[in-house]
Amino acid sequence: MKAFTIPTPVRYGINTALLILFLIAGNAITQSGLLGRAQNAIIIQVGFFIILAVSLNLVTGYLGQLPLGHAGFMAVGAYAGALFWRAHILPETLSIVVGLLLAGVVAALFGILIGVPALRLRGDYLAIITLGFGEIIRVVLTNLDSITYGARGLLNIPRHSSFLVVYICVIISCAVIHTLMKSRHGRAILSIRENEIAAESCGVKTTYYKVMAFAVSAFFAGIAGALFAGNLGILVPANFDFMTSINILMIVVLGGLGSMFGSVVAAAVLTFLPFVLQPLADYRMIIYSLMLIIVMIFKPSGLMGSYDFSLSRILEKVIGKALSLGRDKGGKNHGKA
Amino acid sequence: MLKRHGLFARAAGIALAAALLAGCAAGGQDQAPQAADTAPAQAPAATEQGGGDAPAEAVDEVLIGLLGPWTGAVAQFGVAKRNGAMLYIDQFNARGGLQIRTVDFDEEGDPANAIVGYHWLFDQGINALIGSVTSAPTMAVVPEAFADNMPMITATSTHANVTVDAATGNVWTNMFRSCFIDPFQGTKMAEFAVEVLGAQTAAILFSNEIDYSIGLTDAFTVRAGELGLEIVAVEVFANEAMDYVGQLTNIAAANPDVLFIPAYHQHIALIGPQSVAAGLDTVMLGADGWGAALEAIADPSSIEGSFYLTGFTVEDESPLVQNFINDFVAEFGHQPNMFAAQAYDAAMILINAIEMALADGFVPDTDEFKSSIIAHMAATDIQGVTGHITFDQYNNPQKTAFIIQIVDGEARFWGTF
Repeated sequence: MKAFTIPTPVRYGINTALLILFLIAGNAITQSGLLGRAQNAIIIQVGFFIILAVSLNLVTGYLGQLPLGHAGFMAVGAYAGALFWRAHILPETLSIVVGLLLAGVVAALFGILIGVPALRLRGDYLAIITLGFGEIIRVVLTNLDSITYGARGLLNIPRHSSFLVVYICVIISCAVIHTLMKSRHGRAILSIRENEIAAESCGVKTTYYKVMAFAVSAFFAGIAGALFAGNLGILVPANFDFMTSINILMIVVLGGLGSMFGSVVAAAVLTFLPFVLQPLADYRMIIYSLMLIIVMIFKPSGLMGSYDFSLSRILEKVIGKALSLGRDKGGKNHGKA
Repeated sequence: MLKRHGLFARAAGIALAAALLAGCAAGGQDQAPQAADTAPAQAPAATEQGGGDAPAEAVDEVLIGLLGPWTGAVAQFGVAKRNGAMLYIDQFNARGGLQIRTVDFDEEGDPANAIVGYHWLFDQGINALIGSVTSAPTMAVVPEAFADNMPMITATSTHANVTVDAATGNVWTNMFRSCFIDPFQGTKMAEFAVEVLGAQTAAILFSNEIDYSIGLTDAFTVRAGELGLEIVAVEVFANEAMDYVGQLTNIAAANPDVLFIPAYHQHIALIGPQSVAAGLDTVMLGADGWGAALEAIADPSSIEGSFYLTGFTVEDESPLVQNFINDFVAEFGHQPNMFAAQAYDAAMILINAIEMALADGFVPDTDEFKSSIIAHMAATDIQGVTGHITFDQYNNPQKTAFIIQIVDGEARFWGTF
């Protein structure tokens, strides 16, 4: 008996409808004051951490490389977007869109720039070179006094990061990375992770795909950076230090390498956790670290492992089961009659 | 074999967890009495004894918020501020009558966290906010608080744009502070170099990664230009730098009359001894970042004769200051630093304004009450432990600067300037 499948266009239809419902409902809930204002503020921050984690996951989880300079791309995007928004040269809605795209494109250019030389290296060498790149970005931003105002801080950035803006970006970045991974290019990227030499011998252009994954990852990190700037209204280069890269990597590893759903869950958990643990005062530092250690000991593959959530798959199972039950029942009735 | 291996890993993990928890419990002990929620616990008892003195019969409690980094890289400032502010609030509550209740939030020195913290405190129903500590988190919060008409005072954020909108030049009318601003300190030290020390040439050693350091350097340079003090060398260091010999050697070669170092005590602890190694023999000038330099430095003789500016000195003989110091030592077991003193004053300014707003008949938790607090804060005229405080049109305090000189390895009060 053939398993029940939902045709692809219908799948996309279901997903689109649900995402639009999510956007409208989410926006209504955050606007209504049903949640506290603090919770609303965190939900927005969860948004750009999701983008950061999902984009890093592309390189770490799917491509199998270990870059430690994600905060560098975020910084480039943050400053590009913030400087554009501060100039106020376009009407607001258009300005938001163009600013975000600009942030992404500038970050992607840096991704290519650093990717071409860096991705010739592997493992710890790549980690070190990207780490160095992240630090260079931070130091350059500190010293570009006339443009970025260095450590004094870039002030008065328009606060564009509303729920709708952030979550539309979240959905777009997740959708683009998801469809990329389901495509021919995605399989090429996965083949590089599994075995680079074998992939190359099969005709996969490994350098091209590595740089492409790196650039896409940087693009979304740049957008997340701009959203970060639009949330805070103030940027200092110290926001983008080495620890920020590590925090993003932590989200990806905790969620499960190669699981987009894991990245989303972990971004939400790790952003909410320090807030939820506030009443524990100084003890929460220990508890936070302990939880990370415990997860890594008992579930080294991360919270979600490599599991990815698929609504259609669940629907198929449920409908399939219902159909087969119905058929069995029908069959029996037939027999009796 | 494999199974045993897994078991070992788990056992080791649990042992590690237990060890961490144990260490935490021991280490956390001395922190416990400082927790902000000690105040509400005392509140009911105090209300009953002193209820008769209450200015307005209906109102006996006002809730305010504390925002700052109690943990993280700048926790030392945050904890000092919380101690200072809570000391004043506890003393005030102990007098009976109006009770100030507090809620607090740890923003870890992170602007994003500070925004969440502010909204959380707002959700708790605060009428005013003391915070935040470092400038970036405060500047992230101010526009949000301004939109809510929330009275706000910081004890430690020295950035010029904390109280003034950088884009429009408008004052954030809800925002006050009890500390000096960066430009004030730089200007004062340039004047001190010329008028008191008679310096003709000066050198500057600063970090372009610290906004505080940049702010002081800019103001010093401008004022030096006006006074005809020639800047013969400007050297830059990274925030985390360990080695300053290169910069100090260049400065020594320029042979300035004074060397201005707008930096924090951890930098001075390294710069001091290395200046001797670099053959530098000049008077060093600093600002309030030098506060704990003597405690941090291994060889105090290397900064002998240096001057720095501060907003608070324990050598002030006035009873107000001496009482504050005694109470602080009794409560926390160590001398208060400048940050604690400024926080004590910040709490004093705020609570004074709250009392006046209540006396005007406004009811807490209303917008009018907050507006009244803001108006009364702007009209502050109060004797605090860091001097007599009034606010200028930018909501910055007008108060005395104290000059400290390092003599015989001790911080001596040189005088006011």
